[in-house]
Amino acid sequence: MIREATTTMAPFIIKDCALIALATGKRVQNLKELRDHLEVVPHSSLYYHFWGGLLHPGFEEREYGNDLGEWAKHGLHDASLAERLAVIDPSSFDDTEDMRQALLDVVEQRLEEASADLWRPADRHFQFIRSQIVVFGTGRSVLQPEQLAEVIPDLSPGSVFYHFIDARQRSPRGEDDFRAWLSPEGERYAGLCQGLASIDPYFASLHELREQLAALFSEFHGRSTHVKPA
Amino acid sequence: MSNLLESYAEVVGADIVDQLRQLAEPLRGMKVVHVNSTRVGVGVAEILDKLVPLMCELGLDTSWEVITGESDFYQCTKSFHNGLQGHRTMIPEHLLRAYEETNARTAERLRPVLEDADIVFIHDPQPAPLMELCPARKGTWIWRCHIDISHPDRHIWRYLRGFLTGYDASVFSLAGFAQALPHPEYLIPPSIDPLSDKNMELSQDEIAAVQKQFGLDSHRPMILQVSRFDRFKDPLGVIEAYRLAREFIPGLQLVLAGGTASDDPEGEAVYREAENAANGDTDIHLLLLEPDAHRTINALQRSADIVLQKSLREGFGLTVAEAMWKGKPVIGGDTGGIRLQVVNYHTGFLVNTPEGTALRIRYLLQRPGRVTEIGGKARQFVRENFLLTRQLREYLTMILAIRDGDTDRIELS
Repeated sequence: MIREATTTMAPFIIKDCALIALATGKRVQNLKELRDHLEVVPHSSLYYHFWGGLLHPGFEEREYGNDLGEWAKHGLHDASLAERLAVIDPSSFDDTEDMRQALLDVVEQRLEEASADLWRPADRHFQFIRSQIVVFGTGRSVLQPEQLAEVIPDLSPGSVFYHFIDARQRSPRGEDDFRAWLSPEGERYAGLCQGLASIDPYFASLHELREQLAALFSEFHGRSTHVKPA
Repeated sequence: MSNLLESYAEVVGADIVDQLRQLAEPLRGMKVVHVNSTRVGVGVAEILDKLVPLMCELGLDTSWEVITGESDFYQCTKSFHNGLQGHRTMIPEHLLRAYEETNARTAERLRPVLEDADIVFIHDPQPAPLMELCPARKGTWIWRCHIDISHPDRHIWRYLRGFLTGYDASVFSLAGFAQALPHPEYLIPPSIDPLSDKNMELSQDEIAAVQKQFGLDSHRPMILQVSRFDRFKDPLGVIEAYRLAREFIPGLQLVLAGGTASDDPEGEAVYREAENAANGDTDIHLLLLEPDAHRTINALQRSADIVLQKSLREGFGLTVAEAMWKGKPVIGGDTGGIRLQVVNYHTGFLVNTPEGTALRIRYLLQRPGRVTEIGGKARQFVRENFLLTRQLREYLTMILAIRDGDTDRIELS
């Protein structure tokens, strides 16, 4: 545990998490069914299909970033729809209902364009899955942002997911936990917050995100060490 | 920390074991009962063999009970198994009566412990009627389905569904396996136990002794399939693939190693079919192993160059994870849970035909470097995803989520 009693900042408590998946019983065979189910699936299902993939076992990057886009391409063989679904970035929505509406707009537009294919069945079903998240303590915390440079390289993928992905739906401003912790400190960490905001979590694996975060904090740590008087 | 938990921490890391303890803390003292149909010979039994003591060490008062019956009961449940996996099956009325009577007798025996339990896990269809036979039950009842019921015989599913709708939750290995039921349906793949006799490290001497016992030549390539003699495991397709591959790899040896399960009356007939197909080829070794021959299977898997699991239907296929844990590439049927484990060119190959299987055997045996590389990735993949601790974490999470009213978020810290 890394602690220094020389700061007034509240400690940054490091947590870990895991997702557990549940079937929703909603199977989709064509575009129209996708639209119908998208209207009613729970938020936790949209969360799972856009972010849950990061915690899935796998070796290759997903071509379309989320499960719906992947199915549009590989199940429906509709590359146009896949691209439009892929461009929907969940981190850009403050509210999951707004994201649901954006998804519905894309699917309905495609239905209008491709009315003849309304009932065209997919090669394989799309199964809407929802998830529950369990959050663990790790017994670790830091008191100063500089200490994160030491801690981040050892974070588990679940910790990266919790603090950098899941945080966005917990925070009223859609921020990751690092920014939520640093922002009240004002100008001192404004550059660091800007750097965090510029990391796009949508296309990186959790290992890659950890590397990007570690590099950012390490760079900041080096700079602040340099300018700080001994 | 207890000895068993300490041993797991050495394999999976202390953080993972700490998470199990956090999950178990609010459940400490709960009475948990697992019920299945056999203590040996199938993957479910192998999981429970270690899951139960591990849950006990975490402070849950956990026990394991078994439903047993006469041959009509097993004929009926085998027909369920076949029918649920997609074979059209007619089950005579007298077998269904034997099924219900066996459950009624088992309920008489187990009612006190089942009605008193806080959590009851009922594994597969064999003991499914027990819930409604325990009217004074106080706990949460969970049906754990280990097989692929994505395209069941509708008559059989309708019959069984009647016993299942009252459960509080069910668990399937994959989303595609689930049928609609009026309660939360969790998706939890099974797992292997890295510390069991089946998966622990073995000495070279022990491996060599097993090779010698079965007349295997360690200087020639060997392919292996470990599975019950069951038509869904396609032993005849494996023999055909071996014959096709052997035209290019003359010294190739094939081992089909099958256990027998006490709840499977068809095993002997399928073994005879495989024997006929082998037609006296001395490089085809059909091994009918005892249900507890775990170290022998371990040694055979470690002896193999490539492991096959050419199933036509598969619930999950734990033998795939077992082989991968031993650093072996797996050529597996493109079905069920094998798809979750075998990733083309990363942990092995998915195949659909004997021809495809033979092609991949040739590919791998021509490239020893690829065998080593794929085998290494396969072991790491299992370490991260298919060990017992991950499955236990998900079971405990599920229990907490049900206790808290199907909540989307459980905060333990």
